[in-house]
Amino acid sequence: MIRFEHVTKRYTGGHTALEAFDCDIGRGEMVAVSGHSGAGKSTLLRLLAVLERPTEGRVLVGGENVSALKRAALPYWRRSIGLVMQDQRLLFDRSAFDNVMLPLAISGHPPREAANRVRAALERVGLSGREKSMPIELSGGEQQRLTIARAIVNRPQILLADEPTAHLDDAYARDIADLFRSFNEAGVTVLVTTHDDALFSRYAPRRLVLSQGRLQ
Amino acid sequence: MRWLRLQMRAGLRAARQMARQPFNTLLAALVVGIAAALPATGYMLLGNLQRLAGNVSAAPEISIFMQPQAGTDTLRETDKRIRALASGARVERITREATLKRFRDNDALAEILDALPDNPFADAFVVHLDDADAARLESLRADLAKLPDVEHVQLDSAWAKRLDVLIALGRQALTMLAGALGLGLVAVTFNTIRLQLLTQRDEIEVSRLLGATDAWIRRPFHWFGALQGLLGGALAGLLALLATRALAAPMAELAGLYSLEFVLRPLTATDWLVLLALCALLGWLGASASVRRHLSRIA
Repeated sequence: MIRFEHVTKRYTGGHTALEAFDCDIGRGEMVAVSGHSGAGKSTLLRLLAVLERPTEGRVLVGGENVSALKRAALPYWRRSIGLVMQDQRLLFDRSAFDNVMLPLAISGHPPREAANRVRAALERVGLSGREKSMPIELSGGEQQRLTIARAIVNRPQILLADEPTAHLDDAYARDIADLFRSFNEAGVTVLVTTHDDALFSRYAPRRLVLSQGRLQ
Repeated sequence: MRWLRLQMRAGLRAARQMARQPFNTLLAALVVGIAAALPATGYMLLGNLQRLAGNVSAAPEISIFMQPQAGTDTLRETDKRIRALASGARVERITREATLKRFRDNDALAEILDALPDNPFADAFVVHLDDADAARLESLRADLAKLPDVEHVQLDSAWAKRLDVLIALGRQALTMLAGALGLGLVAVTFNTIRLQLLTQRDEIEVSRLLGATDAWIRRPFHWFGALQGLLGGALAGLLALLATRALAAPMAELAGLYSLEFVLRPLTATDWLVLLALCALLGWLGASASVRRHLSRIA
């Protein structure tokens, strides 16, 4: 389903995040990507979400070269994936409900259907009853769950998560990993970057270890 | 249909954003309102002045006032000579009795006239001319003044013409003022939207990550500008209405002094619609320019 073909990402200034990276990820797979800081893990996800474009090579999803998508087509591509960013990017002046509602508002869902979906997504991540809470009122783990609810509310086929358990204690981290596993069991292709090899080795059948932009 | 639905949702989002900051919204609308109130009030006053001027003939008229002792034969002879001098013009004779009766109809003047021993008015002729040539009018005025028993000859169209010119000048000045203030309104909205974009930077960035198109991001800002303009326009209309109320009594009193009946009219429904639409359009333009300029700078 996802194919990285000889992908190189070189930043201005000379730093190479990925070097001639080749990889295939099948539909419904759950893959944990690990490696030290600066190994190219986040770049991999950013290239897939087309937040950046490769310097060389192609990123194909379902046979389509997403790295060559025109600017006008990018929003529609991003609506089809779920994205959990390392820094969460929650809107702190909006309630939990409104945060999860945002992707549906963007894709123009009818309000009633959207509200039902938001409630379902919040329930799925264990945040039922916290609809009106502001993000600041939630714990770190709950904030991460909220970010995940926002990522899955559009029912994506691909879920990308960048260090979703960073800054969380073990119990919270396990909860989050459980969640990703359950999405994967429901048929979603999951790509998770992590520092915590031990945690995700229990959940992800396949691990990719990156070092200096190359697969180890 | 989908386009309409998206526009409605964007409008609602903009309205909610405005409601979240009521003080800022009111201040911005006040700035717009005051800027728009000046030309709106000026337009309303000019319209009234033009209506007033419309009641007064701007066609040239020459009034010939006779000496009080002029007898019937003299008046008949003068009538003939006036008609000869102003060939083709309509000549109207106004007797001193008719003038007295007309002034008696005014209650305030009736008391004064009753106190006088005799009719103070003179017989008069009014010559209505089609020709507005200044030199010919002046020459005719001079010829009429030379007629026997003529006390005074007055060219009546001059002040009405001056008023017409003044109104035209006022209209031009008002158009320039409206243009300048319209630009100011665009600039105010431009800046308000720039600040909105800065305060909503996080939301814009997150929305882009979640698949928002530029149009989706821009739309509520356009609405914000248009709604702010609309609110400002409504305030401008209210200020013009207050000005009408405040000026109505003094204007009526002033008109009364010239024996004119005059009621200051407020902005009409059409004027209101034009004012609101214009302010909303200018707000939309300011917002559109601001979003176009600043949105690309947000990653």
